Amino acid sequence: MTLVQDQPARPPRARRLLRRFGSERVLTLVLILFVGLLSIAPLARLLHAALFPQGAFDAARIADILGGRRVLEATFNTLWIACAATLLATVVGTLAALLTSLTDMRRRTLWVFGFVLPLMIPPQVTALAWVQAFSPASPILGPLGLSLPPGTRHPLYSMGGIIFLLGLYNAPLVFLSVRASLQRLPASLIEAAHANGANAGAVTRDIVLPLIRGGIFAGAALAFVSSIGNFGIQAMLGIPARIPTLITLIYQRLNAYGPSALNDMALLALLLALLTVIGMTLTAWLGRRGDQRVDAAQRPPRMALGRWRLPVSGVAWLYLALCLLLPISALFGTALVRGYGVPLTLETITFENFANALFQHEGIRSAFLTSLWLTLLTVAILIPAAVALGYVLSWRRGWIARLLRIASELAYALPGIIIGVAMILFFLRPLPFIGTGLYGTVWVILAAYLSNFLALALRPILGGYAQIDRALDEAAQLAGAGVFARLRDIVLPALAPSAMAAAILVFMTAVNEIQVSVLLVSSRATTIGPMIIFLEEAGSSTLAAAVGCLMVLLVLALMGLSLLVGRRLPEGVLPWRD
Amino acid sequence: MSDIRISGIDKSYGQTQVLRQVSLSIEAGEFIAVLGPSGCGKTTLLRCLAGFERLNGGRIEIGGETVSAPGRHLAPEHRGIGVVFQNYALWPHMSVAQNVAYGLKIAGIPRSERNSRVSKVLDLVELGPLAHRRPADLSGGQRQRVALARCLAMESRVVLLDEPLANLDVHLRGTLEEEFAAFHARSGATMFYITHDQSEALALADRVAVMDKGRILQFDRPEALFSQPQSETVAGFIGEGRVLEAEDIRPLGDGHAAASVLGRPVRLRCAPGETARRRGKIAFHPGDLHLTNAAEAIPCNVTRATYRGAYLRAEVMAGPAGDIPLSVNIAAPAALSRGQRISLALRDGWVIPDAAPSHPS
Repeated sequence: MTLVQDQPARPPRARRLLRRFGSERVLTLVLILFVGLLSIAPLARLLHAALFPQGAFDAARIADILGGRRVLEATFNTLWIACAATLLATVVGTLAALLTSLTDMRRRTLWVFGFVLPLMIPPQVTALAWVQAFSPASPILGPLGLSLPPGTRHPLYSMGGIIFLLGLYNAPLVFLSVRASLQRLPASLIEAAHANGANAGAVTRDIVLPLIRGGIFAGAALAFVSSIGNFGIQAMLGIPARIPTLITLIYQRLNAYGPSALNDMALLALLLALLTVIGMTLTAWLGRRGDQRVDAAQRPPRMALGRWRLPVSGVAWLYLALCLLLPISALFGTALVRGYGVPLTLETITFENFANALFQHEGIRSAFLTSLWLTLLTVAILIPAAVALGYVLSWRRGWIARLLRIASELAYALPGIIIGVAMILFFLRPLPFIGTGLYGTVWVILAAYLSNFLALALRPILGGYAQIDRALDEAAQLAGAGVFARLRDIVLPALAPSAMAAAILVFMTAVNEIQVSVLLVSSRATTIGPMIIFLEEAGSSTLAAAVGCLMVLLVLALMGLSLLVGRRLPEGVLPWRD
Repeated sequence: MSDIRISGIDKSYGQTQVLRQVSLSIEAGEFIAVLGPSGCGKTTLLRCLAGFERLNGGRIEIGGETVSAPGRHLAPEHRGIGVVFQNYALWPHMSVAQNVAYGLKIAGIPRSERNSRVSKVLDLVELGPLAHRRPADLSGGQRQRVALARCLAMESRVVLLDEPLANLDVHLRGTLEEEFAAFHARSGATMFYITHDQSEALALADRVAVMDKGRILQFDRPEALFSQPQSETVAGFIGEGRVLEAEDIRPLGDGHAAASVLGRPVRLRCAPGETARRRGKIAFHPGDLHLTNAAEAIPCNVTRATYRGAYLRAEVMAGPAGDIPLSVNIAAPAALSRGQRISLALRDGWVIPDAAPSHPS
């Protein structure tokens, strides 16, 4: 149904018609403006700056930039790191999903919470925590005498270190996707295989794995996108290790040369976007050829591990201890001593860093407050926008709905740093009515947040719409209610749990994020996410660790809070709930 | 004024054409049913009337006002039409009274007047004591009455019903059919009832439109559909109708015609303008066949006999070659066995007009 209406413009009638067709038409126009300004226009500007910087297409310039030794090296590193990390994440995530969904492993619910937790911790904090894990302050490796002697090269400052951390960081993404596939697996298919005499191993290999192939590859696609665009880990490990990737190259050159490097960096951002889209499409295509069975039938019975139950559970818990406790405890250990390298003992323990971070350090406090109100504002704008957008995407047909969907998904699939470059380009020039540019102000960060997190907010809300009977809306329409009255009176009450879940997801992602805002922060406007990198670069490791600890505590508090109200939220939206 | 004029409407989704040149003329206060198999386009027709779908061609007028035409589309919220949805679409977060009052609230009717109108309507459908219940706490029949009360409160002059009985069990259906008839008598609204169940359509409606593959095949009174089908499809669809080849059709001038069916002379009803034809199709029902001893009867071979309570249903092979399957109802008490030879007489039948009403595509 197209919403824009061609009507003869006779004054008295035109007025009546505006009232009649007004509400839906206004809504659609606002949505087109919203998505167009925040997603399509900046990306179009990026495309233009990358390919036509002086108004003309210059193949020699493009070949010159992309053929540079550093760029070639960064491109190769990016691809290698993303592919290897995706492979690692896929293997670990799939194993974890099989273990928790199909077996009677002990304490599954708690394990799932712990396995998914790293996904919610900002990557720069993860990287910092792992770096600290080998420091003398580590309460685990330190007492064991396994910490690095001073002067040796840190093992994580390497290609292998980046791949290892990215792989572990993205394993929960694959886990969630595979688990969703497993939950749709019809129980009868597994029971039929058992009836034919297949044992647990044969069932997993011959029946389960082929049937969840789609879920595995969908998870791998997510892991690829997330790995290639993960600024936090690539920067925290790659910059000290002098392993350039496309993301860190863009960041370093823009920092070094400022806006004069923008056009060239736009080209690199475009290259990164291209690699992302190719990788994602390829992985999704590989998964699509599998047999995808969607069935709401009963869930398969759990296979008994028998005498393997204890060892398997032990290995699983050991993994969690290694991936969660080791880095997090080291992070707290570093945050609790006066200087980097001081071992943590009863004499050296101090809360000075926390006090500094919370009360003394002006920059940290203002960055935290900026992040907090920016995030709240983002949630306040995005949730109503996503509810309205979901209405058009779910219940209206036609090219407008299709275009809106592609545009809103695009900004989310691309690495945040690309949105950052696009936003700088878009807002660098003075705005038509205000007369000054927004570049360097906090409003550019807000625009980037709105653009990047729209799809994140949209996903649970679209799921909510799928649960609502459309006739409820149509009945209200027949009762004479315009689209805004229907959204308020009919849709929102039914959608409230999904909207709540979307708000939690957006809040938790935006309050700690780094990749979107790292290029946009300025002396006037800094967010808390990049603060860790700035502190670490400035040599304040202990203060950085304290800020990291506070972020982890904030994430844990929010997750706990969401579990408390979780009973009312729809199932399967919050990833850390089993 | 609530007459409905549907003239030559077309509707397609992408490549599939769902409605082809549909025309219906419905008088104010009439109860009409649209009858057809699933996928015939009847729900699309209802959604076009309600304003949820735009037309590709043609025009819909309600009470003299054009509500749908290419380049003109009155939004559903301004049509003043009531719809009873298949699942009733009661808003789950509102009480019964709030459900009924919502349209009045949107229309800006003051609270006191709203409350009195709502309680009056709820009393009419005998839901007064349940006004503060949630829809989830109501039975299927009560939900339907809430849906009807919603239309009553809005004083909708046109009420569309989208297979409202399809999801209910057989026992409830009879009672609820009566509710619709009572609602129609009380409100005087024009009713447009969509169904795939012919017993519902024939029992409720003043006139029934039979639909197939996006076309209206015949729009007529129920008894006319049954006894004077205008096409083979309608004849075969209504009341277990059977269509056979007839030869040597000669109109007798008094609304009847003589013809030869399965090699036997029969007397049939026919349309006033019927002309003599060498061949044609005739329609009849199992009840038109009777056991007989007359010499001019149709010889048959019983292939299967089933006990149906009041009568015995026999499947027989008839005709000179014994290759024409027929069904016949024989009043109980009777005994037939497989392989038995019997003779049947065709006491009534209808000559299907040669040029079935043409539908330009």
